[in-house]
Amino acid sequence: MVQTVEHNPARFNEGDHVQVTIKSPIGHYRVPTYIRGKRGTITKPLGRYINPEEEAFGKNAGNKLWYYMVSFVQKELWPDYTGAPEDVLEIEIFENWLESI
Amino acid sequence: MSKEHNHPHDPHTPVEHDETPGYYEILEISIRELLIEKGLIKPDEVRKQIELLDSRSPVLGQKLVVRAWIDPEFRKRLLDNGNRAAEEMGITIYDDTAFTVLEDTRDTHHMIVCTLCSCYPRAVLGLPPDWYKSKQYRSRAVKEPRSVLAEFGTIIPDEVQVVINDSTASQRYMVLPLRPEGTEHFTEEQLEKIVTRDTMIGVTLPKIEQ
Repeated sequence: MVQTVEHNPARFNEGDHVQVTIKSPIGHYRVPTYIRGKRGTITKPLGRYINPEEEAFGKNAGNKLWYYMVSFVQKELWPDYTGAPEDVLEIEIFENWLESI
Repeated sequence: MSKEHNHPHDPHTPVEHDETPGYYEILEISIRELLIEKGLIKPDEVRKQIELLDSRSPVLGQKLVVRAWIDPEFRKRLLDNGNRAAEEMGITIYDDTAFTVLEDTRDTHHMIVCTLCSCYPRAVLGLPPDWYKSKQYRSRAVKEPRSVLAEFGTIIPDEVQVVINDSTASQRYMVLPLRPEGTEHFTEEQLEKIVTRDTMIGVTLPKIEQ
């Protein structure tokens, strides 16, 4: 018999616009501060991964979260950006750090 | 040996253990010894992992890039699932990460960084260079990638988009650079020579030696 694991469906799809949550929890977090509060676009859903933020405290217990590649326009990240307007930054972010806009 | 140099002495600098270990070194030793003492890992496993890490080098990445350059079907598989394509070439991605290959085109140039620490595709490139781990590179690569590239001697024209990939948790990136024009007649060995470590980090481009 095939065992199915219950989990919530992914909240975002490719092309969705998202905003990174502004929060400053204490601990080991994988979202660099320069990206917090910024707006970007999902370029690729990456599947579900163990949340390293919980794993760091021994609380992984197979708890996986949806994970996405998100793209940010450089000129919006850095007001004094001098490169081309098309330049982007891509970064992986877990779903618990993303909000719909 | 010259005639003046005839006084008796030991030609080697004596081996001394007089350096005080730093905070993180003590922390690492303590955790490692505790894990061993509690029977969770064996000393040989630590040694084996170091041996595995040290056995990897950019030679593996070179082979993947060259194969992708000459075999369009392999290229597709490599871009689609890096782990599977690497394993097809006998390269295990031993650290449970997603090996993600970023394809450069005429319109897009990729460059990789890890702003938080030193995430790097160690399985295919070996250990990262010191500059990759420096705070300077990590902070500047995301904010002014074109200036950093220029300091490496790489000028990307404004009509080419620069994509900087910041690796934060499960993904490990490697750049698949563009095969330069004029290499159509090159042998695999000649192609491998121009695919250097830094071209796979994306801070420089493969160049035909003059």
